Amino acid sequence: MSNVTTYVVFGGVYNNHISLAALLDAATEHGAEEIYCLGDIGGFGPSPDKVFPHLRDTANLHVMQGNYDHSIGNRLEDCACGYTDPRDNHFAQISYDYTFENTSEPNKDWLRELPTEFRHTWAGKRVLMSHGSPRRTNEFLWESMCPDGFLKYLLDESEADLLFVTHTGIPWVRTLEDGRQVVNVGVIGRPPNDGQTTVDYVVVRVGDDTIEILPQKLEYDFEALAAEMRDEGLPEEFVETVLTGWWTTCLEILPGRERSVGPY
Amino acid sequence: MATDLINLDRLIAKAEERKHLPAPELAFQHLDTLWLQVTGTLCNLACLHCFISCGPKNESHPFMSKEQVFQALEDGARYGVKEVYFTGGEPFMHPDIKDLITKTLEIAPLSILTNGILIDDAMAAWLGETFRNSRYTFDMRVSLDGTTAEENDAIRGRHTFEQILQGIDKLWANGLNPVITVTTCHAELGAAEGRSKFIELLKDRGITQPRLKFLSPFKIGREERRDSGYQNYERLVEGDLIEGEEDDLQCSSCRMVTAKGVYPCPILIEVEEARMGDSLADGMTPIKLDHPACYTCHVEGVTCRT
Repeated sequence: MSNVTTYVVFGGVYNNHISLAALLDAATEHGAEEIYCLGDIGGFGPSPDKVFPHLRDTANLHVMQGNYDHSIGNRLEDCACGYTDPRDNHFAQISYDYTFENTSEPNKDWLRELPTEFRHTWAGKRVLMSHGSPRRTNEFLWESMCPDGFLKYLLDESEADLLFVTHTGIPWVRTLEDGRQVVNVGVIGRPPNDGQTTVDYVVVRVGDDTIEILPQKLEYDFEALAAEMRDEGLPEEFVETVLTGWWTTCLEILPGRERSVGPY
Repeated sequence: MATDLINLDRLIAKAEERKHLPAPELAFQHLDTLWLQVTGTLCNLACLHCFISCGPKNESHPFMSKEQVFQALEDGARYGVKEVYFTGGEPFMHPDIKDLITKTLEIAPLSILTNGILIDDAMAAWLGETFRNSRYTFDMRVSLDGTTAEENDAIRGRHTFEQILQGIDKLWANGLNPVITVTTCHAELGAAEGRSKFIELLKDRGITQPRLKFLSPFKIGREERRDSGYQNYERLVEGDLIEGEEDDLQCSSCRMVTAKGVYPCPILIEVEEARMGDSLADGMTPIKLDHPACYTCHVEGVTCRT
């Protein structure tokens, strides 16, 4: 390969300014030319305004609007995450109210104006980045709930060969029979319900006619985050997730397969 | 303010003023959800709230043949279906249920709506193994209509409470955590206290991850006789749908296939005018929300999906 360009793609910051800083350092180490954030800046973590200097001042970082950002930016009453069970909505609302109260007006305005998708041509392939899915911002694309035929439909309809999404919080990569790919990049805001404290993102290496998807695990100072969450009075359930790597809230939306992995 | 919102006289007056308007038309977006009425209207129970009056003797929709199910799955796959549901009747009455499950899970995630009573130890073990080995997720939805035998059996029949719980126990013991589905014939079951009681009941049986779904009753079929049918004002007309509701109404993205043809949704299979044709291809068209049951989905935000 003569020309290789490296990109970093991530999503779901969830107010985690510590993992965001670590992610940006990692992107520099990877030699990333451009960095793409697929949205959901707020929720879950502490001190929402702390992520904005990173997001707004990093020259080669492109940020997309997720459902959370649309809600905060437009001053809506809830996150429109797509939960259906009251147990999920209970904790989602605590998280949303905290984020809403602690996000400055200029930062809310900035979220409101973010784009909702990115398109590129890499190695001759049509690349699409969406938040939840190309057709719906808050659609959950779980690995066990996405038949190949359904993903083909999404790619056909959105005229894409390579699709990146986030929103669910659990990463996966699927290569279809025809070579097209769908990549859920996971999130950097909380661990993917796997009992580890690391979070997820993706490095993409694009050559003249090749695209290599390299899922990554990111270590960060999760204990510092947990301490800050406690200082901010956030629910102990959220802190436990950061410290143990197991989801304790917003579990009812999980498909049976993904739910069966964890203890809660 | 809240009182104003549910002022019945006002609702009726408004419906009277607008009754000349046609029913709203709902475009078909995509086949996200394929429902299969695998055992038709045949069931081992005859629950008093059943909106299609299923029971041991109701053969208005017969069992689907294996070939009919496979054909619907093949058609669904061609349309890019996202998930499949089996319902009935009681799906575990089907003699080929294992073949139907295996074939479906090669194509898409599957949820089965069951009362759990026919799931013996051997079947539960097979289902658990299938869950662990299948490519896509596999869910069981077990219906239970109360947290006591008195509550549940009044709806689902004598001695069913304990039998259903035994089915739930077997599934859980084999690693398949069912979604307990409750029809809120008693409104309090769906309220916070009612939900807590179900969670306690399941936790007491060692189910550490209780999963629940609550559904509003539809006032048709046997439920119409148990409680009451729809009133004249309970109809949708043009302009009733709120912004974005098209996406949320399940019938914009689902179709039901039975042995007798294709229907818009699982609720309306006993409504002959709702039949859309012989095969799934006939169902890829807009529908009119002209049945009173559509009013329930609109008002309650019901989706039959998990």
